[in-house]
Amino acid sequence: MAKISVDGVEFDAKEGENLLQAVLSAQLELPYFCWHPSLGSVGACRQCAVIQYADEEDTQGRLIMACMTPVADGMRVSLEAAHARDFRASVIEWLMENHPHDCPVCEEGGECHLQDMTVMSGHTARRYRGNKRTFENQYLGPFLNHEMNRCITCYRCVRYYQDYAGGTDLQAFGSRARMYFGREEAGVLENPFSGNLVEVCPTGVFTDKPFSKTYTRKWDLQSAPSVCAGCAVGCNTIPSERYGRLKRVHNRYNGSVNGYFLCDRGRYGFGYVNDDARIHKVGVRAADGVFDVISAEEGEEKLGDIVRDGAIGIGSPRASLESNLALKVLVGEENFCTGLSSAEDALMRLILDVYECGGARIPTLAQVEEADAVLILGEDVLNTAPRVALAVRQSVRNESLEMAEQAGIPLWQEAGVRSHGRESASPLLVASLLPTELDELATHTCNGAPESLAAAGFAIAHRLNSAYAAGEELDGPTQSFVDDAAAVLSRAKRPLVISGTSLRNDGLIKAAANIAWALKAQGCDAGLLLTAAEANSCGVGMLGGGVDLDTALRAAAAGQALVVLENDVTRRADPDLVASAFSGSTAVAVLDSLENATTESASLVLPAATFAESTGTFVNYEGRAQRFFEVFAATGETAPAWRWLSKAGARAGRNDMHWQHVDQVVEAVASHPRLVGVADAAPNGGHRNAAGNRVPRAPHRYSGRTAMNAGVNIHEPKTQVDEETPLSYSMEGAMGDQPAALTSYVWSPGWNSNQSVFKFQQEVGGAMAGGDPGVRMLDAEPAQVDFAQRYRPLQTPIGAEGDGRFKLLPTHSIFGSEELSGRSQPIAERGPQAFIVLGAAEAARLQVAEGMGVRCPELDATFAVRVEESLAEGLAVVAMGLGGLGDEVPSERVTLEPDPEFVPPTTLIARG
Amino acid sequence: MSSSSKPLTERIETENGLVDLAAYQRAGGYDAARRVVTSMTPEEVQDLVKDANLRGRGGAGFPTGVKWSFVPKGDAAGPGHKYLVCNADEMEPGTFKDRYLLEYDPHLLVEGMIIGAYAIQADKAYVFMRGEYHEGFRQLSRAIDDAKAQGFLGSNVFGSDFSVDLGIHRSGGRYICGEETALLNALEGKRAQPRYKPPFPPASGAWGRPTIVNNVETLCNVPGILRHGAQWFQDLGNGDDAGTKLYGVSGRVNRPGLWELPIGTSIREIIEEHAGGMQAGYQLRGLLPGGASTDFLVEQHLDLPMDYGSIQAAGSRMGTGTMILMDDSICPVAMSVNLQHFFAQESCGFCTPCREGLPWLESLLIDIEEGRGNPGDLDVLSANASYIGAPGNTFCLHATGAMEPLNSALKYFREDFEAHIERGGCPYREGSA
Repeated sequence: MAKISVDGVEFDAKEGENLLQAVLSAQLELPYFCWHPSLGSVGACRQCAVIQYADEEDTQGRLIMACMTPVADGMRVSLEAAHARDFRASVIEWLMENHPHDCPVCEEGGECHLQDMTVMSGHTARRYRGNKRTFENQYLGPFLNHEMNRCITCYRCVRYYQDYAGGTDLQAFGSRARMYFGREEAGVLENPFSGNLVEVCPTGVFTDKPFSKTYTRKWDLQSAPSVCAGCAVGCNTIPSERYGRLKRVHNRYNGSVNGYFLCDRGRYGFGYVNDDARIHKVGVRAADGVFDVISAEEGEEKLGDIVRDGAIGIGSPRASLESNLALKVLVGEENFCTGLSSAEDALMRLILDVYECGGARIPTLAQVEEADAVLILGEDVLNTAPRVALAVRQSVRNESLEMAEQAGIPLWQEAGVRSHGRESASPLLVASLLPTELDELATHTCNGAPESLAAAGFAIAHRLNSAYAAGEELDGPTQSFVDDAAAVLSRAKRPLVISGTSLRNDGLIKAAANIAWALKAQGCDAGLLLTAAEANSCGVGMLGGGVDLDTALRAAAAGQALVVLENDVTRRADPDLVASAFSGSTAVAVLDSLENATTESASLVLPAATFAESTGTFVNYEGRAQRFFEVFAATGETAPAWRWLSKAGARAGRNDMHWQHVDQVVEAVASHPRLVGVADAAPNGGHRNAAGNRVPRAPHRYSGRTAMNAGVNIHEPKTQVDEETPLSYSMEGAMGDQPAALTSYVWSPGWNSNQSVFKFQQEVGGAMAGGDPGVRMLDAEPAQVDFAQRYRPLQTPIGAEGDGRFKLLPTHSIFGSEELSGRSQPIAERGPQAFIVLGAAEAARLQVAEGMGVRCPELDATFAVRVEESLAEGLAVVAMGLGGLGDEVPSERVTLEPDPEFVPPTTLIARG
Repeated sequence: MSSSSKPLTERIETENGLVDLAAYQRAGGYDAARRVVTSMTPEEVQDLVKDANLRGRGGAGFPTGVKWSFVPKGDAAGPGHKYLVCNADEMEPGTFKDRYLLEYDPHLLVEGMIIGAYAIQADKAYVFMRGEYHEGFRQLSRAIDDAKAQGFLGSNVFGSDFSVDLGIHRSGGRYICGEETALLNALEGKRAQPRYKPPFPPASGAWGRPTIVNNVETLCNVPGILRHGAQWFQDLGNGDDAGTKLYGVSGRVNRPGLWELPIGTSIREIIEEHAGGMQAGYQLRGLLPGGASTDFLVEQHLDLPMDYGSIQAAGSRMGTGTMILMDDSICPVAMSVNLQHFFAQESCGFCTPCREGLPWLESLLIDIEEGRGNPGDLDVLSANASYIGAPGNTFCLHATGAMEPLNSALKYFREDFEAHIERGGCPYREGSA
């Protein structure tokens, strides 16, 4: 710790940290543009100028850029000195020469960092008499608007997009006062983390396109802290509503999880909340096969009737723990299934078994970034748990950070660090079914069928420690990958092994565990990250069910009543089995938010709230319980599923589930020994700040509440009261002193943009004040087990059977594979056409080439062909969730035939 | 090579034009390099250049031997290449001294680079050449080929175990490429934006490796030093500085041109004796002593020696030593417009004061020149010029250099600026109108 004097007041600061960060951490005000806590300092904007004095005698001092100056003990600086203030005002004046005066119609308006900094710097009168420069804007795809005239040339966009996210198609063009940030030519910005530009850009160059289409003033948004429902990473988000529609999703900083950045699925995948296919009424199937609308009370009664004499309950990895628990209690554990497919359920149990052995650390995303060697075994994380891939991308920098440290370059001196150590990267080893986007960073890669990858994994563990059994013989390239991996991983101090469930192969998970455990036994701080598919896969896994999905469906087929919770089971089980369950069951009650193939087959449909209209808990891949809060009240009869289930239970005469408030359900969840931590994931409904106030969902600038409804009725409707959570439907209440888990928006006086988040952090870029949200529930001390013997390699036959048929394997797309986000318009627009990947030999045998079509009669589906040289004979890889496929590939081999009728869709871009 | 008073240009004069390999060797060329590579240690070379007090001829005047000594030696350098880069991106307005050497005595540079590369143990050397220097490129390319054919470049130079490859990179053409770190970025194929220092290039330069960037004229001085010794070089100069200097004069003089003279020759001698004095009917009003980015000097400074210290003491810089004269027919405001247009156009666009500040100053100057100036404009000009011009306020020294002629113009020719605003037009144009 160093002591620095700022305008005569002494502060503690970290020695060597850049002065800007230190000043902001001390909660002082200093304007800046080009610096970003995750992107470091480059000294481009010159906005954070301060005066530094040599010693106590020095009254003159000299102007320095705080972001480029390391903190030293005894340092004396002034933010307020006239020369510093004047220079900062000049910088703004220079930036504003060409910045258009379109603030009233600018999408950034109301949360514009440039606006805040302009006010803070005191530039109020215009002296520049020249014309403003203008540029032509580009079409950048469905996610982002481009308005280059507003650009202040801070270089953040390209530094984020290229350096941080690894994108190549956004670049800095031109020079002098004609710098242009865009693509070589108009077109979709390709990087799947492009949406962060909305928050990275300090003004309105890159703005949120879906939001703009139904624009609302930022201060009229009603928001709540939430958790992304897009995958198992559990990024923290702030979804915002106006007039009953979800308008946008922004990042909610969590230092341990997502930091400052989301993936584009998470940011743009919420559109289904506003979808026309939303179910808002209770429907019961009449004799003519058509749904009749009935009242909520009738619905409760009917659901009560269905479960009274026992029913099978199918839960859901995309529903809250609270709703899953309600169903579990309603039908009883022995009749409850997690809703995961049977294959995935088995893998989830395996993952929990691995974690409960406590053999290796489960890393947070922040810890992923710190890993000095990463092995990815089988999981295409960019497409299954995207934010993990962005973290892995940062981990490969560690080697160059070490080099910079040795060369005396401060780690925040971004350009110097990147230039000096550019040829050094920490090892990244990727073993995957198909080549992945991360391969470009990988020091070693290897492709193969899941069984081969698992065999490679077992062999790596064996090489690290011969007590772990090796699997089958490996081919030459795989063996050399194994040798390299063992060598590289055992040299690392913080190695990390990543795998997951997406290939539906237990060998991968077991092998990953063996490797991590073998590394741990060598004395290093090994991490093991196992991803699952959905926001609450881990949660339902921990809640557990008495039966798996296939068994549940068979029971239904045999005549049991069925209650399906937020789950399109047709995506997760064999179609014939699902069909027999629907036809054989005495009654199929479905609670869901959107029409789908399962609601189509239901006898009773109850409208369930989405994440945006309900409060609940998701458990992410690391076992972190995180609460999401109702952003706005559901319309119509829509209600959180747990409430329907609880009411039905009451109707059915149950006295153990009279839950009125979500906190009561949370309590019930927390009574499960594995899920005790859920209770502390966020403060309960009774939480008030010191002044006795709730946390408002709307900022204090929220306007027009009294007029909102005036077109219908001039009497102001009664303000909605939130009976359940510590949040209020109001702009009044606690401001700034809320616990991190209750951050419904970030705002601080003078800081209207998301840059204000530093006001709520312990230090800039660190944990949130009071600790990052969420409770980790899977951290375990090493169990008394024989780690080396726990998971043995399986001898699995690999290869074609020579009958010309294909074993289908799954692959995933960040856009389109996940069910709900895939039904959101901008995501669907970015999703690929349904495709199938064939090896070169098989493509030749079928006489098809890249871009041609292939039909699968068993699936009644057509795919565009992609050819991947390395894929073995007898295998074909299909993208899940696309072209009518669900989340599972058929276990039976299928036939494929060329489809001469196939017409690839035109690639014309719809501009707009 | 005789112990001449003009080590840079004597062969060109003897040959009355291009010095080819045969001519260069006839004059003792490559003897120094051969001796260095086969019988001296790198440290001995560095020490000799230090003792000679050779200072960078690109404008900054940093002692060359000292710069070389910053390159990490042996294992400290880590694995990989070391680079010697010759800055031949001569884009300073009014400056054509390096061009002269490149076009007429290219082997002198090649020999200087072999010695320089040996001194820092660089195995890769590049000449970063101004894109418009077509003739220089032709001559240097041939010289490199000829030297390579003789075994002076490439593997096992002069049969020693020292190897160095020399190549030419032709610049895409930006003034900022003369800034050594922007040059390195451009050499790597990146945007020509300067880098933050530290790390300095000797520690982390081209491709993150130890790198020395030297000007053409600097490197061309090296063979002579190695041949004739430090004392000889010291004795060539007048005053504190050592060696000769290529001085140039542009403007309304009788014989504009370029001369190799002892460093420290007075401005008056250069203008009056070598450039033949002002043309009849023209009075000297001011001069930029070393390129567009140096402060104006005026009549009172004419007897100053053109060396680093004296010109700096007078509030300017010797820069490249090639001066631009402003006579009494030229409007100082119009000249400032021209200069600021150049600097605004050549800003790389990285930092705000330079990117946005310079065009504003240019437009204000245009307003003043064209009669649209307001009484407050000079205050705005001065305030901005002081914010933009203070070293450290901008990312690199481009804008600092840009403000040198403007600040000094406002100091020495203020009445011209005021007259423009008062009259609502340019007094220099009124006569012709």
